[in-house]
Amino acid sequence: MLSRIAESLFWIGRYLERADDTARILDVQTQVLVEDPGMDERTSCEQLLSVMGVEDVEGVPDHRLILRLLAHDPDSHNSIAFAIGGCRESARGARETLSTEIWTAINTTWRGLGSARSMRPPAMFDWVRNRTAMISGIADSTMSRDEGWQFFQLGRSIERVDMTARLLSTAALASGPQVAWPTALRACGAYESFIRAYRGIEADRQAAEFLLLDRWFPRSIVSSLNEAERALNRLERSGRRAGFGDEAQRLLGRARTELEYRPLADIVFDLPVEMERLQRSCAAASESIAARYFAATEAYSWQGGIVL
Amino acid sequence: MDTPELLDGYGPVTGFDEMYAGSGSAVRPTYEGVAAAFGAMGPDEVRLRADALASSYLDQGVTFGVAGEERPFPLDIVPRLIEAADWEHVETGVRQRVLALEAFLADVYGPGEVFADGVVPRRTVMTSPHFHRVVAGLEPANGVRVHVSGVDLIRDGDGRFRVLEDNVRVPSGVSYVMTNRRALSASLPELFADHRIRPVAQYSQHLLAALRAAAPAGITDPTVVVLTPGVYNSAYFEHTLLARTMGVELVEGRDLVCRGGRVLMRTTNGLEPVHVIYRRIDDDWLDPEQFIAESMLGVPGIINAARNGQVTIANAVGNGVADDKLLYTYLPDLVRYYLSEEPILQNVDTWRLGEPDQREEVLDRLDELVLKPVDGSGGKGIVIGPAATRAELDELRDKILVDPRAWIAQPVISLSTVPTLVENGIRPRHVDLRPFAVNKGDGDVWVLPGGLTRVALPEGELIVNSSRGGGSKDTWVLADPAEPEEDELDVPLVETTGTFTLDPAELQVQEQGRGRADGGDV
Repeated sequence: MLSRIAESLFWIGRYLERADDTARILDVQTQVLVEDPGMDERTSCEQLLSVMGVEDVEGVPDHRLILRLLAHDPDSHNSIAFAIGGCRESARGARETLSTEIWTAINTTWRGLGSARSMRPPAMFDWVRNRTAMISGIADSTMSRDEGWQFFQLGRSIERVDMTARLLSTAALASGPQVAWPTALRACGAYESFIRAYRGIEADRQAAEFLLLDRWFPRSIVSSLNEAERALNRLERSGRRAGFGDEAQRLLGRARTELEYRPLADIVFDLPVEMERLQRSCAAASESIAARYFAATEAYSWQGGIVL
Repeated sequence: MDTPELLDGYGPVTGFDEMYAGSGSAVRPTYEGVAAAFGAMGPDEVRLRADALASSYLDQGVTFGVAGEERPFPLDIVPRLIEAADWEHVETGVRQRVLALEAFLADVYGPGEVFADGVVPRRTVMTSPHFHRVVAGLEPANGVRVHVSGVDLIRDGDGRFRVLEDNVRVPSGVSYVMTNRRALSASLPELFADHRIRPVAQYSQHLLAALRAAAPAGITDPTVVVLTPGVYNSAYFEHTLLARTMGVELVEGRDLVCRGGRVLMRTTNGLEPVHVIYRRIDDDWLDPEQFIAESMLGVPGIINAARNGQVTIANAVGNGVADDKLLYTYLPDLVRYYLSEEPILQNVDTWRLGEPDQREEVLDRLDELVLKPVDGSGGKGIVIGPAATRAELDELRDKILVDPRAWIAQPVISLSTVPTLVENGIRPRHVDLRPFAVNKGDGDVWVLPGGLTRVALPEGELIVNSSRGGGSKDTWVLADPAEPEEDELDVPLVETTGTFTLDPAELQVQEQGRGRADGGDV
């Protein structure tokens, strides 16, 4: 398949996941601000912005600024509006390879941004989650499992690892851990699964374990890394007897084993640092995928967060 | 409160109206079904359906670009109908015209007998900015240079079809023919059930067959691509639609490279050869080595690859000499010269300002005529005499005197009108028609039944181009009641010549390369 198209599909996957995850994080964050009296608005907003990779903020961070920078403003590179716009631009450049239904779904979502901005925040986040779920669902049921699909999956999985890592950092940095972990779980839509899996024992350690290492829960970091590795394997088709020839495969595999084969206590001891390392691995993997498969097409620049 | 009927106060009809005969009283038989259906629906229902139609177009992203901005291309809810007999006339006429143009191009870039025999002055062609010496002597693989053409037609005061201009470079608009049909059939299912309308969705298969037939010698299973200038091009929507419905890659200039006289595309598996390029980029931007050096859209070396016979460029480079508005005036002579036939479709009367006596006459009557720049397109630079101010006419006169070859003049023709839904009801609006012809070689020219009807939405407006606020109409060619139903898929999607085997691994790569082929829908 054309390198340029492969790249577009990869970015559609990333932007889509980013819009979804940002909506999830914001939804929970705004709820917590309202429900938790002990929460200092300014500190938590500052933390959220820094975790999401927003630098040089003008003015005092409050929930209004958060909403503007991370949700509404199409010029802010970390916002949902920007991610949906980016998704649509990538889709426009790859329109002949997308099924009509996916394109229509993406285009309709983009056109709906205007009215979504005037919704109340929870309604908007809900809308974003529904729309992205719908696009993913259509992709799932109408895209051939060819190379294009693998690139789409790859983008989505890498972005999911990255965003879940950010979410875990927010939780670890939060002042009141009793609130932070259930919040993180809910942001991933994992709360009920977690409660069932651990029989109602709510403990920070278990929650971290669940979001980091659970092999069955699709939004956990290890699951997402596995998904990304699978996609890379299918793209590689090398049939090697030993080792991995692809740099991205090596990077992601190493990141996953680093998590899976170390004592949990080691990892949660300084979670933000671990998560930053993971984000760097994702960035490097993304870079090497671009160098190998998208070479010679004009580089996209991934704004915000870790610069690729 | 009663809403007034949409057709109340229909008019004023100045020329030939395709729905109403006489001065707007009697409905022509062709349109009886349409009139009855719209009457039965009532104004509110019609408006409701028109709104749904508009929003479905926005969601699908059926747009064209003006100055980098995407705009919806308005589709009118009232279809335009063409009788089987009228269509027969258009179809044979268009086919004849395409064959004459092919013969002329082969002659211009070959022996040049047309000049030696004094049919067309050599100067007329050599002074055209679209004449490219670099392709002289280049013999296309199956002899076809005009793989796709669009012949713009209008109906004069008597309802006769006449040719306004030929487009043999990169005619666009065919995608709207296909999307219009789908959208309108969803809006007016009852009308579709009542009429036998000839299908248009098979266009892509015919195009693919023509492109495959044009592959360089020795290539049995050619890789066909569509070359687009990119997402900011006004016809980008069309490029994606054609690539998708043909199941081929849509490439940009930066996706292609020339190595060793061949054209290759950059894929995730490295460089892969390309054999037929359906390009939607103008000649000037196609190859920075030959034409505009700053072009970022083109592929350096592509013309050399074509000259080496390694790749086919469709439509051929240099076709612009044949759809020049000045050459248009010679077309009837060319039909007689090459085909020994009388032209089936007449031209509009035209004065060549390069000839002194004709220029004299036109300069005297500037305020009555329509003046067109010879190499303009999209309605650019056209001056309509009766509508122009004194100052505009004076400026025009100066321009003509400086470069008379650059202009032609035509009488003001009253285009035919078709009922169109506008703010205050259904009113007559001017239309033209662009049928599309696909040439597969060996005289096999297929004409898409219908074509793009453009409609000028402002009252009395005569320029129908979409960049001037035009819309479009679904054009229904009615099937001849005597003919059997036609099979929509009468063209094999992939024609295979000779035998070749594919191992499963290779087949998989191919499928991945092609992406999804979704059989002609939008």
